[in-house]
Amino acid sequence: MPAPLGSPAVSTTTFRGTAGYIAADDLSDAVNVAIALERPLLVRGEPGTGKTRLAEAVAEDLGMPLLVWGVKSTTRAQDGLYVYDTVQRLYDSQFGEGDPSDIARYIRLGKLGEAFAAGERVVLVIDEVDKADIEFPNDLLWELDRMSFHIPETGETVAAHHRPVVIITSNAEKELPDAFLRRCVFHYIAFPEAEQMESIVRVHHPGLEDALIRGALEAFYTLRRFDGLAKRPSTSELIDWVQALAAAGVDPERIKAEMPFLGVVLKTPQDLEVTRRHLALRARRPAG
Amino acid sequence: MFEGFFHALRAEGVPVAMDEWLMLQDALERGLADSSLARLHGLARALLVKSERYFDAYDVAFLSWFGAIDPADEEIADHVWRWLDENPGFLDRLAADMADRDRALSHLDLDELRRRLEERLANQTEAHRGGSRHIGTGGSSPFGHSGWHPGGIRIGGESGHRTAAQVAGERRFREYRTDSTLGVREMGVALRRLRRLTTRLEGPATELAVEETIDSTADHGGRLSLVFRRPRHNAVRVLLLLDVGGSMDDHAHLADRLFSAVHQTGRFRELTVRHFHNCVYDRLYTDARMAPSRSESTRQVLARVGADTRVVVVGDACMAPSELALVGGAVDYGQRNDEPGWVWLQRVAERYPARAWLNPVPAADWYTVHGARTLNAVRNLFPMFELSVDGLGEAVDHLMAAAA
Repeated sequence: MPAPLGSPAVSTTTFRGTAGYIAADDLSDAVNVAIALERPLLVRGEPGTGKTRLAEAVAEDLGMPLLVWGVKSTTRAQDGLYVYDTVQRLYDSQFGEGDPSDIARYIRLGKLGEAFAAGERVVLVIDEVDKADIEFPNDLLWELDRMSFHIPETGETVAAHHRPVVIITSNAEKELPDAFLRRCVFHYIAFPEAEQMESIVRVHHPGLEDALIRGALEAFYTLRRFDGLAKRPSTSELIDWVQALAAAGVDPERIKAEMPFLGVVLKTPQDLEVTRRHLALRARRPAG
Repeated sequence: MFEGFFHALRAEGVPVAMDEWLMLQDALERGLADSSLARLHGLARALLVKSERYFDAYDVAFLSWFGAIDPADEEIADHVWRWLDENPGFLDRLAADMADRDRALSHLDLDELRRRLEERLANQTEAHRGGSRHIGTGGSSPFGHSGWHPGGIRIGGESGHRTAAQVAGERRFREYRTDSTLGVREMGVALRRLRRLTTRLEGPATELAVEETIDSTADHGGRLSLVFRRPRHNAVRVLLLLDVGGSMDDHAHLADRLFSAVHQTGRFRELTVRHFHNCVYDRLYTDARMAPSRSESTRQVLARVGADTRVVVVGDACMAPSELALVGGAVDYGQRNDEPGWVWLQRVAERYPARAWLNPVPAADWYTVHGARTLNAVRNLFPMFELSVDGLGEAVDHLMAAAA
């Protein structure tokens, strides 16, 4: 077997997954490549495949602080760098509080700015980058390349002493610009296979009976194959479901046939309806 | 180094850019592939391929380039030499690894390894499986495949230790392949222009109005008086009518996703999506499955959706003339229309001055395509544009220019 990534130069910053987060080999490789090349890692995948959890695990495993920049539809690139609180300054100048001549007091760094200014290497997550405006990623190109930006108000330049590990997540709602993609290391988190899923569930619910977990997994993958679901259930829903099934002490035999507590797995009335119809059809079919 | 792989990727349609290729070279120089084809597969994919849509094409290219090393091939030696020549650092690292991990073979250096390979190639006359010496499958000779040797040269095939060719050979990403979605981003950018910004809509006033603040402060004798206003919002409403059924499904789906994606980021004040089959009649459907229980009378939609709404129809407008001209001409049996489709199209056209028809049929074929008669009839009512990046741009310009 090949040795794990990590010549002496990068041995201190090698990600292998944590006790609470199981990373597939190719995923941890992608993380390590991104760290070694000092490029942002773009992680894409279905909702609920643990994209944000990945960043937490990387921060935990590498022992670095974690900064999360949650992107919303109204987020602008500037928000991540710094905000100049003009209104506060005006008020202060009016009412004589503080020292309004010191502009630096009114500059608040955004998450990207914080990550650059930090005294140690940090993990920065730009979460759900595709939620923002279509041009948003392009506006960050320069800063992510140079790991520095200029604040004209104070004449100061914020430059990273320790290049942060940047992890960007996306739900693939929108296409991202090519120029942005070219600079990233890309990883697609495929939906876990049953085997891997089992170990994920076991991490979250240690000490459950095998029969229950097997039954729930089998039912879960059957459910995901049902035609016409608007949102196919994902890992987080499965974990909640297993918990509900275990708490209620449901007989593992019943899980696949009846699929109790479907409301935990499916979130819309339409999907529940679709599933009930599928289940009714299956019940009518002879077993086998 | 192995530029052929670069060209194989391009030939498969994976959009690899030069700077990504250089990034890969950089990574290889740093030894990130770790002398392993499996890691090379993962590494090159992470750096060269930026969408799961191309993963399958990548696997195909990878297989064609690296998987072609077949142990049964008579030119096996050439393959190996070529691979070694193209990977100058490969054997050095390999030898170093071996020195570390396998005492018995630690005296082997690069030349020695080559010499032995040569020797064994010369000695070997038949396919070989198992054992510890000959080139073949299984076993622990440093040459061959499916066996285990701390740093041997794998020659083709698949090993129990999950090799690159095996990973690529699974082609797990086949279903993510969609060759039709090129240009989606460009279309999204074009749609952005479908907006008319206004501050008159409801919502909290959160933006500092600088001009007004200065005026107001001056009015108050220099005493600071801040004025806020509402941020600007898009006032454009859109009614999207999608022709679904058969060949139109992909186009309708694309249009639906495009407009919805733009809408989700707060671009439109309101977006209404309705479906029809071939022509608009007295009922419109809320989803593409066109279940009667999820339909709404067309009159109701027209009444509710204001006349200042921009209407975008996506459809090929190619149908039997009867579907347009006759009572009861609707293609679906269930839909016995009391008025001809033409009358309904006229109603829609009259109500909405700002309207456009996007047609997936290329504009060059509009006079020759099967169904050209109805297509050109519809063009009299709806300004028609090609469903392409350019066509969409023109349609957006037209919609914004058509005063509502």
